[in-house]
Amino acid sequence: MTEQIFDHWARFTPAQRVMRYSVFLLCIVVIYWALTSIEVIWEWVWGSPQQIADLFGRMMPPDPSNLGKILVVLWETVNIATIATAVAVVISLPVAYMAAQNTTPNVATLWLGRFILVSSRSINTIIWALLFVAIFGPGVIAGVVAIMFRSIGFVGKLLGEAIEEIDNRPVEALEATGASRFKVIVYAIVPQVMPTFWAVSILRWDINLRESTVLGLVGAGGIGIILQGAIDTFNWPEVATILLVIIALVILGEVVSAWLRKRIL
Amino acid sequence: MLKITSLVKRYGSGDPVLKNLDLEIAEETVVSIIGSSGAGKSTLLRCINRLVEPTSGSIVLNGTELTTLNRAGLRGARRKIGMVFQGFNLVDRLTVMENVQSGRLGVLPTWRAVMRKYPKEDIRRAYELMERVGIARYANKRADELSGGERQRVGVVRALMQEPEILLADEPTASLDPKTSEQIMQLLRDLAREFSLPVLINIHNTTEAKEYTDRIVGMRYGRIIFDAAPEALDREAMDRIYSGTPAAERGEYTPDPSFAVAAS
Repeated sequence: MTEQIFDHWARFTPAQRVMRYSVFLLCIVVIYWALTSIEVIWEWVWGSPQQIADLFGRMMPPDPSNLGKILVVLWETVNIATIATAVAVVISLPVAYMAAQNTTPNVATLWLGRFILVSSRSINTIIWALLFVAIFGPGVIAGVVAIMFRSIGFVGKLLGEAIEEIDNRPVEALEATGASRFKVIVYAIVPQVMPTFWAVSILRWDINLRESTVLGLVGAGGIGIILQGAIDTFNWPEVATILLVIIALVILGEVVSAWLRKRIL
Repeated sequence: MLKITSLVKRYGSGDPVLKNLDLEIAEETVVSIIGSSGAGKSTLLRCINRLVEPTSGSIVLNGTELTTLNRAGLRGARRKIGMVFQGFNLVDRLTVMENVQSGRLGVLPTWRAVMRKYPKEDIRRAYELMERVGIARYANKRADELSGGERQRVGVVRALMQEPEILLADEPTASLDPKTSEQIMQLLRDLAREFSLPVLINIHNTTEAKEYTDRIVGMRYGRIIFDAAPEALDREAMDRIYSGTPAAERGEYTPDPSFAVAAS
């Protein structure tokens, strides 16, 4: 073979380069088309600072006269989030087990698991809530079930992925001792997904806390109900109080979940 | 006694990895299996406890034919076969005691396994074995806090907890430094004597193979081409075991003679 030293190197071939620039150009065209196709009433956009100032003026000062009642429904909101998270986490365990390729018993259970995850995840909490308000009537139960249904998909999906990513070598070692499938799961798989399990559960509780504050807008219990009531009656000072309380709750939830994460993980 | 006859293992439709292998291991012998990577050492070991399913052939351990067992029967047979791995294969987040006791999972009732309520005699045996290999003080430590040598000792104790009739070791020292590696080999040999166990060790280090084992089996591309006492493993035998490439063996490629290393 003849010796030959090359002094030219390029990451992409000319054809690849043309392709990349074309895709880039296409993206710009699509974005431009999207921007021009939505109808914007620009006068309203330009007038918004004035509207903000006006609304702010009407909210000031916040009216705390109803604070006692607001705090009671706030507590209800926390309970909706907590109960729903707890139940959802338990239900998501078998679903994650079915949806993970390396643990699922057979193809049928794999698809069943994936179907549960996808259907739970593809429907927003508010839509689940509308559905369950129709079934259970307005109130806390509808809210709890709605949040639960959405959470199963979230926790199950992330947990299932954690199961698929475990180190398989300990599993092999325990199978080699003649252990049953169940014992292999308890000893080799559960310890490996434990950290993810706690992290995902805490994260979902944090998200559920925020989601449960808007459930009341569709009648599914929680602080959203009086928020809706206050907005409907143009009671802006009370709206301000409710919003402040919600912000305080969200911050508190953030603090608690950060603390839990540090303690458990 | 372990008796392997006409063992064939083929992955997919390709060339077999094990080609009509025959091997007999008597009681209480420490046998090392040497050969270049891809020779089929690991596959041979894994066929014995059927972590890898043999394609055809027969494997008989103390009168039980292993290749035809159903799932329950296989679990029963695996309880008698201890295995030690190159990567130790411990459960990192469990304590040393839990890892050691997981060797008993085959016989332990499920509730005891889940609740970690190990029988007294199992705990005593675990402490005795851990004391014997020098890891008793780590019983409550998590497995990932230990060094490589200590982790492999946990792996060995886990296998011995099974009260096995044979011990398989798949490159048990390949992830360890030379000194620790020798200690583990010494330990395996001593334990084989103490418990009158036949031990099968896959190993790359031929010096250790010669020093610590009673018999050396040389494999080359799915066949056993050497089987003798360690003294018989001379330069010529080594060349035969380790020369060539898998492609050359299949006749796909003839290496350029100028690349061949001159015999020293």
